[in-house]
Amino acid sequence: MSMTPRPAAPRSAEPPILTGSGAVLRSLELLGVEDVFGIPGGAIIPFYDELMQQSAIRHILVRHEQGGGHAAEGYAAATGRVGVCLATSGPGATNLVTAIADAYMDSVPMVAITGQVFSHLIGTDAFQEADITGITMPITKHSFQVSHPEDVPGVMRAAFHIASTGRPGPVLVDITKDAQQNSAPFIWPEKLDLPGYRPVSKAHGKQITAAAQLLAESQRPLLYVGGGVIRAKASEELREFAEATGAPVVTTLMARGAFPDSHPQHLGMPGMHGAVPAVLAFQECDLIIALGARFDDRVTGKVNEFAPGAKVIHVDVDPAEISKIRPADVPIVGDVREVLADLSIAFQDLAATARPDLTDWWERLQGLQERFPLGFAEPTDGKLSPQHVIQRIGEITGPEAVYAAGVGQHQMWAAQFIKYERPNAWLNSGGAGTMGYAVPAAMGAKVAEPERVVWAIDGDGCFQMTNQELATCTLNDIPIKVAVINNSSLGMVRQWQSLFYEGRHSFTDLETGDDARMIPDFVKLGEAYGCLSIRVTKPEEVDPAIKLALETNDRPVVIDFIVSKDAMVWPMVPQGVSNSFVQYAKEHSPVWEEE
Amino acid sequence: MSTHVLSLLVEDKPGLLTRVAGLFARRSFNIESLAVGKTEVPGLSRITVVVDVEDLPLEQVTKQLNKLINVVKIVELEPGQSVQREHMLIKVKVDNSTRSQILEAATLFRANVVDVNADALVIEVTGDSPKCQALLRLLEPYGVKEIAQSGLLAIGRGGKSISERVLKADR
Repeated sequence: MSMTPRPAAPRSAEPPILTGSGAVLRSLELLGVEDVFGIPGGAIIPFYDELMQQSAIRHILVRHEQGGGHAAEGYAAATGRVGVCLATSGPGATNLVTAIADAYMDSVPMVAITGQVFSHLIGTDAFQEADITGITMPITKHSFQVSHPEDVPGVMRAAFHIASTGRPGPVLVDITKDAQQNSAPFIWPEKLDLPGYRPVSKAHGKQITAAAQLLAESQRPLLYVGGGVIRAKASEELREFAEATGAPVVTTLMARGAFPDSHPQHLGMPGMHGAVPAVLAFQECDLIIALGARFDDRVTGKVNEFAPGAKVIHVDVDPAEISKIRPADVPIVGDVREVLADLSIAFQDLAATARPDLTDWWERLQGLQERFPLGFAEPTDGKLSPQHVIQRIGEITGPEAVYAAGVGQHQMWAAQFIKYERPNAWLNSGGAGTMGYAVPAAMGAKVAEPERVVWAIDGDGCFQMTNQELATCTLNDIPIKVAVINNSSLGMVRQWQSLFYEGRHSFTDLETGDDARMIPDFVKLGEAYGCLSIRVTKPEEVDPAIKLALETNDRPVVIDFIVSKDAMVWPMVPQGVSNSFVQYAKEHSPVWEEE
Repeated sequence: MSTHVLSLLVEDKPGLLTRVAGLFARRSFNIESLAVGKTEVPGLSRITVVVDVEDLPLEQVTKQLNKLINVVKIVELEPGQSVQREHMLIKVKVDNSTRSQILEAATLFRANVVDVNADALVIEVTGDSPKCQALLRLLEPYGVKEIAQSGLLAIGRGGKSISERVLKADR
């Protein structure tokens, strides 16, 4: 991934004298930034003062810094461009922490700019002082503190370069108030001074050959596709490679859309709530080709029993991911897009003479697909089925839309029952599992791609964490559509309590559904924010409500879908057990073939 | 578990030590010792760190350290191919009956007496870890009042330096 900075104006003899604030703005312009999300406070007033006097950069005034952070993430995840968020010092900066951690876990290219107290006050416990570079060190790819205006251009250029190249991630730039106020000549650096940062993009030829050799010998290969394929914009190359090899493909939660769901080689999502064929394919394959994936515990289940018969080719731009969890037989460090192109050529050279026969493998997998298709049982309490609602949203809206989810049951159903045909259509908080991601991320995506329909598939718990950004959406003409899958509870926790804690539903009842007091009333809440707000309780109301939402583009839409609280996410691999014990539905494991 | 000596060439930037130490803490790697100092190249510092890990986690340690933007280069220094030294200051109790025995022990270890008082001596010893520990054990019966110890310092044997290739690539 690379950001091509706009060429700087021809260098005149005298560089312009700018304040540090002006230098930040000029740098953002040179870096091609068009939109930023933020909220001002004392230590960043100088920057905001200059921000209002220009028009090159659109600033979206958010209602909470976390919303700004997730909006920047949604913006980045929908487009692959660097998302930018702004906050003041102290609590403003600490409110960004969740979003920064989220971006770190999911490798989202993001630059967070924070104001800091005057440099002479640093270390004195000054008003609204927080050591935000220290606080965020474990959750940023890198961070900078700037206390001199002349350092701004170099730091800004480096920050964007680091955020967007190699394995993308969040970079924090903390700028003292005096650095914002004082002036210096603005000199755009000719080159970056980062001697310790050289991400590898082109893989070693020997490793490519070794990988192609293993693949040509494999009887039961499996392409394990992770979010790295989306970040590297490698979907096209993946499709060519998959079709050249004929191998089955699974796409992780972070990779939904990296490979079309409609493709006959796609087995679906693996992992704790993966499709049975995708989960069991790991256990039965003889070769895993991991592409921008990191063997997360939610995918592997019990690691010692994960894919017991498989050799591993592991492709990742981050060398530290390779052999971190599962030792790789062929490690390949490189940009997955370039590696896939090289692998396709190397494999086709080998396959020209002897092509592996995958007939038996496909027969087995297709048998699993027929016996264990994704599906759901209608609820017995007469309430709406949440899976049906989410499936209909996907079917009626189509694959060109963007779908952002919160975290929990609705997220899993949205990953399972919406069909993704293109990368960057599915946004979610995969690694960090941040409740409240959906509304602000959808807002960010809509700002980046106003021509697309953007849905936030949210839960009643998640929605209560970040719905304040609906004010931002209404006032700034960002008409997102929010589907609250309202089961009146913290549904995923409740599901675990039902399954593993003998039904003791400790503090998971949120009382937002229709058997409860409905506090808050999401329809009234949406109306208070200026949204079109409706409630859906019956199956026959589902389609008309979705269609009404799609027709309404002059303001955001909130649909409160009152669904059954007893619906559960299936299939499921319980935590800490082998993938081989995947349960298709409650107490129903696929029958193991005699080996 | 086994100990490994890593030499890190790092950019001399604010917070660098926090980044390195924090990484060890949050990835659950044990640091046995750590020594930091400037190098012959302005702007570059060197961190010598002794870690106690198996081989596979060691690979993780170096890969994670390499991801820190300000870490320029990492090498593992094998005992055979490097000179490894610790530096220790030992304050030991003395009286007229023990002074000469302690001085003799110091001489045997080629240690220096750097501070003399009626009731205590400060002995400075440099060497590999077993040597420093051996002297310490020998002095313990007399009453060790206080010790101050550096982290391990290590440098590769032979004519090459770890900064050479880095500098060639960049400047």
